[in-house]
Amino acid sequence: MAANTQTVLDKGPVTVLSNEEILRYSRHLIMPEVGMDGQLKLKNAKVLLIGTGGLGAPLGLYLTAAGVGKLGLVDFDVVDFTNLQRQVTFDSQDVGKPKTEAARARLSSLNPDIEIQTFETKLTSENALELFGDFDVIVDGTDNFPTRYLVNDACILLGKPNVYGSIFRFEGQATVFGMPDGPCYRCLYPEPPPPGLVPSCAEGGVLGVLPGIVGSIQAMETIKLILGTGDNLIGRLLLFDALGMKFRELKLRKNPDCPMCGKNRSIHKLIDYFEFCGVRGEEAPVSNLLVPEIAPRELKLRLDRGDDLYILDVREPHEFQICNLNGHLIPLGELPRRVHELDSSREIVAHCRSGKRSAEAVDFLRKAGFRKILNLKGGILAWSDEVDHSVPKY
Amino acid sequence: MSVKVIIPSPLRAFAGKSDSAEFPAATVGEALSLLTGQFVALRKHLFTDDGKLRSFVNVYVNDEDIRYLAKENTPTKDGDIVSIIPSIAGGCR
Repeated sequence: MAANTQTVLDKGPVTVLSNEEILRYSRHLIMPEVGMDGQLKLKNAKVLLIGTGGLGAPLGLYLTAAGVGKLGLVDFDVVDFTNLQRQVTFDSQDVGKPKTEAARARLSSLNPDIEIQTFETKLTSENALELFGDFDVIVDGTDNFPTRYLVNDACILLGKPNVYGSIFRFEGQATVFGMPDGPCYRCLYPEPPPPGLVPSCAEGGVLGVLPGIVGSIQAMETIKLILGTGDNLIGRLLLFDALGMKFRELKLRKNPDCPMCGKNRSIHKLIDYFEFCGVRGEEAPVSNLLVPEIAPRELKLRLDRGDDLYILDVREPHEFQICNLNGHLIPLGELPRRVHELDSSREIVAHCRSGKRSAEAVDFLRKAGFRKILNLKGGILAWSDEVDHSVPKY
Repeated sequence: MSVKVIIPSPLRAFAGKSDSAEFPAATVGEALSLLTGQFVALRKHLFTDDGKLRSFVNVYVNDEDIRYLAKENTPTKDGDIVSIIPSIAGGCR
C-alpha cells in the first residue's frame, strides 16, 4: 500500500461473506487491492450521503454496488421533473415522490443486501451531530453554502472525514476534508460569498453528466478511504473542466490558524449557518428589490385592449429561442451600454424568466431616469402558468 | 514575463466570457490589477472596496495557494499560471 493511505475503519463486527456475496463481489475479490479483507471493510462501513441529487445519484449507485454495508441518505426534497436531466437514480414515475424514498427503492433493487437508512429532513445545526454520529464517512453532495459549512464543522467536531464535491455548469471540484492532518473547508474558504454572487444550478445551469463524473470521483474516494488504499485527495483540490476535458490539481494546505481545525480552535459548536452566509433562512436568495410590477393577466388585458406597451426582454439569446413574448431583447448585462435604444417616453414592461433579472433591469432604468417602467411579476414562467399554457416553461 | 490568468466559470460573465487572459506581470498583484483593469466588472467580485482580495476567492500560482507564499507580492515568471478559484456550492438542485 502507498505510504500515505489512510483507513478510517478498524476491523468491524462482520467477518464473514456469504457465498452469494462472494459471487456478487467477485470482481472486487479477485483484486489484491480489495480481496476478502477489503470487501469486509466495505460491508462494515457506514456512509452518510448528504443530498441525493445530482452528486448523490452516482454516489448512491456506486457505493451500493460496491457493497457498503450501511448507507444513510439525507434529503428533504421531492423529485422534480427538471431533476431527471441529471439525477439518474430517479425515473419518470418518481416525480413528486420524496427523493429519499425513490432513491431507496432504486438502490435496494440494485443491492438488497445493504442497509439503507433514510432521513427525509433538512440538515440543521440541531440534528447534524446526532445524525452523523452513527456513520464513518460523510459525503457532501449538497448544493448550498450554509450546508457545506455545517457539514464541514460537524465533521471536524466529530472527527469524521468529509468527502467533498461541488459543481457549477461544466466545472467541478473534489477533495477530502476532515482527516487529522488535512485541511477543512474553512481552510480553503474561511468565508462564504455574499448571497447572489455565485448562481445556483437553477440560475446557472449545469451539464447533466457533470455531477455524474464528480459524484463518481467522490464515490471512488470514499471507497479508497474505507479500503485504506491508493492516494487520497487529502490536501489536494482536484479541478475538473468538462469542456476542456482537463483535470488540474492544486495544493490544499491546512491553515494553522483555522478557527475550526487549527491548533487554536475557536469554534466549538455548530452555529447559525444561514446567518453566517448572510441568507435569512432561504437557500436561493430572492430578489428583494422593490420595483413597480404588473401581473401577467393584467399585461394580457392591456395588450388585448391595444395599449402601447414596449416589451423589454432582458434574458439571453439562447433563452429567447426557447420561448418569448415577442419582446425586444437586450440581455441584462448589455443594458447599461444599450440603454439609448430605449425610449423613456414609452411605457416599458421588462421581463425575464422568473422576474428576478427584470427587477434589476427596472431598478437600473428607474435610477437612469425612466419613469414609465414595470416589472412583469413572475416573468415568462408566470405568463405560462396564468395566461398562456402553450408557452414552454424551462 | 507573460503570465496566464485563468478565469473560472462563475466569473466569466464579467470578463467578456473569456476563460483566460495573458499579461506581462512580475507579481500576482500586478496580474490581477491588469486583469481587473481590462475587465472592470470583475473588480468587485475579486476585491473589497478597500482593495483587499475577497476571502471566498482563492488565488494560486501554478499549484500553490498565494496565502502560503507572498500573497499578492508572490513573484510570477514567464509561463506561470495564475488561477482564480472561487467557492462553488452546486450539488445540484
